[in-house]
Amino acid sequence: MFLLPRRSLRRSPSFTGCNMEKKTVLRKPKGFIDVYKHKPGAEKDRTHYCPGCGHGILHKLIAEALEDFDLVEKTIIISPVGCSVFAYYYFHTGNLQVAHGRAPAVASAVSRANPDSVVISYQGDGDLAAIGGNNINQAANRGENMAVFFVNNAIYGMTGGQMAPTTLEGQKTTTTPYGRNVKTDGYPIQVCELINTFTAPVYVTRTSLQDMANIRKTRTAVRKAIMNAKEKKGFSFVEVLSMCPSGWKKDSLQSQQWIKENMVPRFPLGVFRDVSEEAETVERPVPVMDTEEVKKIFGYSDFKASTIQKNTEANFKKISLRVSGFGGQGIMSTGIVLANVGMEYGYNVSWLPSYGPEMRGGTANCSVKIQEDTIGASEVTEPNMIIAMNQPSLEKFEKIMVPGGALMYNSTLIDIEPTRNDVDIYKIPITGIADELGDTRVQSMVGVGAFAAITGLFDPEEIVSLIPSLFAGKPDKVLNMNEEAVRKGYDYVTENYSV
Amino acid sequence: MSESRKYPFPEIDSDICKGCKLCIEACPTNVLVISEKLNSKGFHYAEYIGEGCVGCGNCFYTCPEPSAVTVYLKDYVPEEVS
Amino acid sequence: MPRMLMKGNYAAVYGAILAGCEAYYGYPITPASEIAESASALFPKFGRTFLQAESEVAAINMVYGAAGCGQRVMTGSSGPGISLKQEGLSYCAGSALPCVIVDIMRGGPGLGNIGPEQSDYNQVVKGGGHGNYRNIVLAPNSAQEMCDLTMLAFELADKYRNPAFVLTDGVIGQMMEAVDLPEPVSEFPDKSDWAVKGTAESRHLINSIYLDHDDLERWNRHLEKKYAAIQKNEVLVEEYMMDDAEIVTIGYGSSSRVLRSAVDIARENGIKLGLFRPITLFPFPVDEIAKLPEKGIKGILTVEMSTGQLVDDVNLALKGKMFSDLYSRLGGNVPSAAEILEKVSELYGV
Repeated sequence: MFLLPRRSLRRSPSFTGCNMEKKTVLRKPKGFIDVYKHKPGAEKDRTHYCPGCGHGILHKLIAEALEDFDLVEKTIIISPVGCSVFAYYYFHTGNLQVAHGRAPAVASAVSRANPDSVVISYQGDGDLAAIGGNNINQAANRGENMAVFFVNNAIYGMTGGQMAPTTLEGQKTTTTPYGRNVKTDGYPIQVCELINTFTAPVYVTRTSLQDMANIRKTRTAVRKAIMNAKEKKGFSFVEVLSMCPSGWKKDSLQSQQWIKENMVPRFPLGVFRDVSEEAETVERPVPVMDTEEVKKIFGYSDFKASTIQKNTEANFKKISLRVSGFGGQGIMSTGIVLANVGMEYGYNVSWLPSYGPEMRGGTANCSVKIQEDTIGASEVTEPNMIIAMNQPSLEKFEKIMVPGGALMYNSTLIDIEPTRNDVDIYKIPITGIADELGDTRVQSMVGVGAFAAITGLFDPEEIVSLIPSLFAGKPDKVLNMNEEAVRKGYDYVTENYSV
Repeated sequence: MSESRKYPFPEIDSDICKGCKLCIEACPTNVLVISEKLNSKGFHYAEYIGEGCVGCGNCFYTCPEPSAVTVYLKDYVPEEVS
Repeated sequence: MPRMLMKGNYAAVYGAILAGCEAYYGYPITPASEIAESASALFPKFGRTFLQAESEVAAINMVYGAAGCGQRVMTGSSGPGISLKQEGLSYCAGSALPCVIVDIMRGGPGLGNIGPEQSDYNQVVKGGGHGNYRNIVLAPNSAQEMCDLTMLAFELADKYRNPAFVLTDGVIGQMMEAVDLPEPVSEFPDKSDWAVKGTAESRHLINSIYLDHDDLERWNRHLEKKYAAIQKNEVLVEEYMMDDAEIVTIGYGSSSRVLRSAVDIARENGIKLGLFRPITLFPFPVDEIAKLPEKGIKGILTVEMSTGQLVDDVNLALKGKMFSDLYSRLGGNVPSAAEILEKVSELYGV
């Protein structure tokens, strides 16, 4: 028995299942489709790229890596807008062609939908750094499990040679006919440097197609990024400085020279970050789709049909209630509790909060309807009952009450008397009762208890029986106090008014 | 390919080649040249002069057209054609 | 069947989970934020994806990606966000991707306000983005329907491979009502002939490019036929007190709730008012509305929280045989039953 060298132990998992035997022929890799069936027209055996275009080189390096690592079938490539809009013509993978700049957003969802796939987002400089600038940054920042290949050729190729975010200072394009003026157009954006400011990416590198040595470095980078995606290591970003002979109005060799002399000084080559080895694996959850399991998580079996009987003798058959007061007085919860209790009694109920700017002003109100019939409008514009917890509320809502309604107001905080004499008035020290119980916050349940007494709709003990579910998760002390509040509110009304 | 050819050697599809000359520049032994002839698309295509290939693969990796260049390396065994 | 008191916004998320929605991608916006919030709380419990996107634009493109992978997927937003999503929606429609979008409408134009309006009608019902396409548009008017119609939206989206909207306003989204939770959906359509799943067999193409003019014309004709089939098969309406109605009111969403109250009050006073509520806005109930004049009615009043967007479609459907009057409230104001009855009295002398 002998020990394997440590190096091969470490490296071996990366190459499981890879077709890495020594090549005896270099030919069109199997990552490409044999016949480009999606390409319209007669020429289904060649690309749409111009002579000397860097896209074809990068495509080949990707297709070769996919074949060598046996990943063609599980790869999904996102084609952008730009010259590589038709990348899907060529790759024998799953393909999505997407809106301008959005490849990283689409790829994020594709990767999450298919966590075991290899997702490649392929973009040019206009797509990635201009219109899609935010999307690439955010995908990088989330550490999405994908390989991004960013072709930087300092120009918009597809639309005919306009300025790109990476166009160099002084560079002439069809929209910078006098050369890019950094005073008006800004500076060429250095994307690797930007991506490298985020914490999540595992591999950030800039390579070039300017000569063979750099094409081979690009090949290494492509393979690493793809392997990272396969091994779920997160976000890998490969920027490739690439020739655009048509856009630059140069031949291929002049274009390679131009990269060397002009682009590299602004866009220095090299690995900005490589933490692939120590990267944690990106794990995604498995969706629960089984119906029984779904029902279990929702707790379907915990729900029990209510057996509470309606009070046919109730004073009110139909409630249109406004509850109103300061924020923090439990206005919303008073309404929600009443609607919930009404629902348990088998009534149709609705609750509508006031929302928006008026909530910011410190007052809050809500509408509650409880009735036998189907409810129309949920906003209560003509209440037959109001619960006014503070003075502005009383002043505002007593005006819109219908005659014969019930007006309950919080006499602890309201010094004035209601002006309406065609409604029944219930002057109740709601806050005071709550304070006597030891916690102002139970005032909403005092109101609920008083409501039950005034309307005759609810039995206080039935409300009390619902409290544990209404206040689920609260300690017993809180539950007890709220139960007591319901009873106190109820008793106050029955002791002081004939209802 | 003919049996008499000596491995390694590159095979260039003259019809697919767009004549960009990147392979000619990348070839360390200068055994690729641009043809005086035009292909059906009007490009002067690259040609192998017939000897001197060392199988470095540069022409393959620098060629932007997926199927324009094939390089048969030293150990290549031709597949049987049935 | 479990019954819960919940907001319309929550009900939409419950409906989505019950319908087998596997992913939610969204961006916060009032008054729709609770949809994202409740999705963020609920989706992870089911191992499903919730992601707060960097923008509305990113969110709809994430929806595009998930839909392209065959997932049931949803996003939610409100007016300004829907405006931003229009390009992505056009791509979804152009690539025939099923997805569900909940739009809780607010006041516009511009930043407008966060009060309830119905002014996204045109931008949602008419397509909204570039190109020839339509969205399927369902218009719930209760919390229960927020759940049920969200589920139906997933079904229709898949059936027709098209974006489906759940279109309502801030009132329905914010309102709490009892919701009976239905059974979860157990059977899902087979998408293996087009969805990209990262496997050998699923190496399909999701795409909306047709460079050849004839190809693109053919594709548009195909879409046109699809929309005709939707128009033929999927119209849903609710009629209330329509049998003997002399005056018909038309409205959807929260205005239809107010109209129901108005009808009840009118009937108590001997006025024969009826309510015709489109539940689907696309397909629009064209044939059903075209028949209204045959009933010998005195008038039609469309009530909407927008300056005459719905009424245009009503009048198109009436084909000049009658014209609908319009009563609208704007800016976050909801019409009251009293206002509507006043308008009815003024217009029709009842």
